[in-house]
This record gives sequence, structure tokens and C-alpha cells, in this order.
Amino acid sequence: MSEPRMRTETYNLYYGDFQALKDISVDIPENQVTAIIGPSGCGKSTFLRSFNRMNELIPSVRTTGRVLLDGRNIFDLDVVELRKNIGMVFQRPNPFPKSIFDNVAYGPRIHGTRDRGRLAEIVESSIRSAALWDEVKDDLGKSGLSLSGGQQQRLCIARALAVKPEVILMDEPASALDPVATLKIEELITALKRDYTIVIVTHNMQQAARVSDFTAFLLTDEQRAGNLIEFGPTKEIFTTPKDKRTEDYISGRFG
Amino acid sequence: MTAFLYSLGFRRFRQSFAYGVLWTAAAVSVAIMLFVVGYVIIRGFADITLDFFTTSPRGGLSGEGGIYSTIVTTLYLVLVTIVIATPLGVGAAVFLVEYAQHIKSSVVQKLVSVARFGVETLAGVPSIIFGLFGYALFVTALNLGFSIIAAALAGVCLVIPVVIRTTEEALKSVPDSYREGSLSLGASRWETIRKVVLPSALPGITTGIILSVGRIVSETAIFYVTLGGSYRTPTSLMSSGRTMALHVYYLAMETRAFDKAMATGAVLVALIVVLNLIINSVSKKLSAE
Repeated sequence: MSEPRMRTETYNLYYGDFQALKDISVDIPENQVTAIIGPSGCGKSTFLRSFNRMNELIPSVRTTGRVLLDGRNIFDLDVVELRKNIGMVFQRPNPFPKSIFDNVAYGPRIHGTRDRGRLAEIVESSIRSAALWDEVKDDLGKSGLSLSGGQQQRLCIARALAVKPEVILMDEPASALDPVATLKIEELITALKRDYTIVIVTHNMQQAARVSDFTAFLLTDEQRAGNLIEFGPTKEIFTTPKDKRTEDYISGRFG
Repeated sequence: MTAFLYSLGFRRFRQSFAYGVLWTAAAVSVAIMLFVVGYVIIRGFADITLDFFTTSPRGGLSGEGGIYSTIVTTLYLVLVTIVIATPLGVGAAVFLVEYAQHIKSSVVQKLVSVARFGVETLAGVPSIIFGLFGYALFVTALNLGFSIIAAALAGVCLVIPVVIRTTEEALKSVPDSYREGSLSLGASRWETIRKVVLPSALPGITTGIILSVGRIVSETAIFYVTLGGSYRTPTSLMSSGRTMALHVYYLAMETRAFDKAMATGAVLVALIVVLNLIINSVSKKLSAE
């Protein structure tokens, strides 16, 4: 395995006095899908949002430890630069109330691409990569909100791809979708890992087993702080977990 | 007795009785409104001719002339007030909603809550108080005299709470997921506000501005003590003048031309109806999205 694309080192996160994440150290391998699993409230989403510093939007949040992207501490990077390199897909599809084209062109425009032809190329290739092109190619002027839930989520993925990130964070990207749309998203994730490093939070154990190469299992301790219980190749986590709690969780005994 | 009170027949009677009372209350309220508006419009429009719009009042006890100069004054005053109040009010609301919450300093948080309380309170202060303030500060102390600019500055104080509150509501109704989506793409907070949040909030903000226009058009007391009351067509920001609403007041109290007061009132009512129709269509657009 090559150098990890991202890594956390004894990372702690607090909401005011409350510790939500405790001493988490993981390596996120390049061009692989890493799943973060665990019961509700264990800090999965909070942990995911640490990779692109989205937690900073909450004033009471404080962190210690390091998070590295290609060996550089992300807290030393400019947050705009960081988020350009790390795209994010949210739990609920959140296209802007703009046209399909403008949704995807939003990122490149923000980062200075003005040329219409260039924008059109980026928009097309991004929507193609998100496996949405055939469904929307004739309606790029239509509002992004007019699409179905699954299409909206793929539009959001296209929007993230358009700024050419290295890493894509996905926060339960299929939890608001029906089974068919979910399957499409999962196929897409598998296709995208050739070019991107993907970290996905999921509630759904089967989904983690299907799409991910590595799995991190988080669980709250007595103080309700999220701890990393086990990290490793998904196959091992699901067949021969080292920790009793991991086994209990994936066999559905709690959570 | 209890048996009777809970008998099906009596319960049915009480149901019909309550229905009748509520129906009457609704009918009477609507009738009163329709009567007032209908009375003003029917009586007023009887005296309206094209000349009424194109000639200015000629002064004097008989209230000769039309309302041309008062229309110009009203438009002028609305324009100046809105041009000043919109950037101030919208800017303040954007700061309060989009930035202030993210500042950790407790001093700032205190100031913000004081500002919010101030805005709430100002929204309920009678307009004549803003008039007195405007008279003392703009007319007298700043030596602006009775003028469009003095009246507009007082008007700004009057409508700013309206603009701030409606803009705040509009901004709060923009889902946080839009902000997160934009920020996660590497947009700065300001880019997010300018390109995603403000466009989404625009119908709400527009509603606030139109409400303010309505306020300026219909207020009298505040402009009575800041605008003077000249019936001539204003030529500059320093001109005195009278708005249509003020003109109604002058005609009714100081002339014998009660019919002209009614006619001017009818025009005002029609204008307010149009403004409300615009608000309705804007908010429909808002809820359609």
C-alpha cells in the first residue's frame, strides 16, 4: 500500500466541554473507498466533517491532534484551498436553486474559470463522471431542484467533481434515496475510486461491505465520546473482526 | 339538567350556535373592510379626472387643483428613502444572520442581542416619534430644513426595522444545506452569501422593501414634521413638499375640498392594493421554489 492520502493523528474534537471524538488515528488509503460505520450518535459525521474542516462552522468546536492531507496538516492550509481538494456529498441532496449547468459550474466559476467553452467541457465531463449525462444532457437549463432525489444526489456528486478534488467525502449519500437510486450511487462510488480517494459514512452495513475497501468502526465510550474501535480492510472487519464489539455491531446485536 | 346539557340535540344546537357566531364575526369584519375601501374608492373616484393627476394643488381654502406635485414628492421620497434604507437594512441583517452567530466573543454576542432587541422595539414605535427625532436631528441640528432629504432620513429610521426583520426572516429560511454545499466547494463565506444565499432570499427581501414603500406612502405624522408641506413640485433634495397622504390630511383639515381629499385617498388606496398584489405574487414565487 502506498502512502496514505489522508491521515488523522490522535485527533480529538470537543463541542464546548463535551468531547465528541477521542484520540482517533486512521490512515485513509489512496484510490480506495474507506467506510466509517457505527451506531447513531457515535460521531461518524463529525469525524467525516473533520477532513474538510466543516466543523469550524460551529463556533463552540475545538480540536486537538493533526489531520494530514498528503502529509500536510490541513489546519495550516487555507480552508478554501483545502475544500477545493476535498469535495463533499451530503446526506440530503442539496443542489442549489439554480440550473443544472450552473450547479456544476458553480465551483469552477468560484475558482476563477470564466471561459464559457471551458466551463461547458468541465460541466459535461463532471456530469458524465457522475453517470447523469444521458438523463439531463438536453435539460441543462432546467432547475437542479426539478430532478428526482437520486438524480439530485448524482448532480451534487458532479458538482463536487467539477472542482477536481483528490478526496471525496460522502455523508450517508444514499440514506434519503430509494433502493434503485441507492444502487446507482453505489455503482458510481465503485467507478469513482479509480480517480478519487473516497471516504463514506454509512448506516448501512451491507452498503459498507459492498462498496468499501477499508472500514473504520466508531463507538461511543462511557463519556459518550466517539472512539475508533477497529480499522482495517473491510473483508477482515466483516469476517474476522478482532474486537468483540465490532463483531457484535456488524452481526446486528446492537445499534 | 346534565343529561340535557349533554344530549345530542343540545350539543348539536351549540355547534350551530358557535358556527353562527364565528360566521357573523368573519362576515362583519370583512364587511367593515370592504365598506371602508369601497366607500373611499367609490366616492373618491367620482371626482377623479385626468386633470386631477396632471395639475398641482393651487393652495388656498377651496383646495383647487390636482395632485401632480404630491405624486412627484411621494415618488421622490420613496426613492431616496429606499435607496438609503435597503443597503443599510439588508447589510445589517446579513451581518446579524450570517456572521454574528459565528463570532465567539461574548461582547459581540451581547451587542447582537441588544441590536436585535432594538430592532424589535423600533418596529413598534409610533411614527411621530421618528418624526420628532427627525425634526430635532435632521431638520434643525443638521440644518437640512423641511426637505425631502430630512424626511427621507427620518423615513429610513422608520423603515429600517422592517427591512432588517424581513431580510433576517428571508435569510433564515434559506436552508443551511445550501450554505454547506457552497462552502464545501471552497467558496468563501462572502461568495456563498452573494451567489447562493442572497439570490435564494431575494423574494423575501423584496417583500420587505415593498412593505417599506407602503409604509412611506401611507405615513403622515412623521412627514408632517420633517417634510414641511409645500404643495409645489420638489426640484431638489432640499425642497419641501407633501406626499399624497399628507395632502389628504391638509385637504381634510385646512380646506373645504373634502371631495378632493377623498379622491386623493382613493388613489392612495389603489396604490396600496397594487403594492400588496406585488407582494402576493412575489411570495407565491417564493413558496413555489
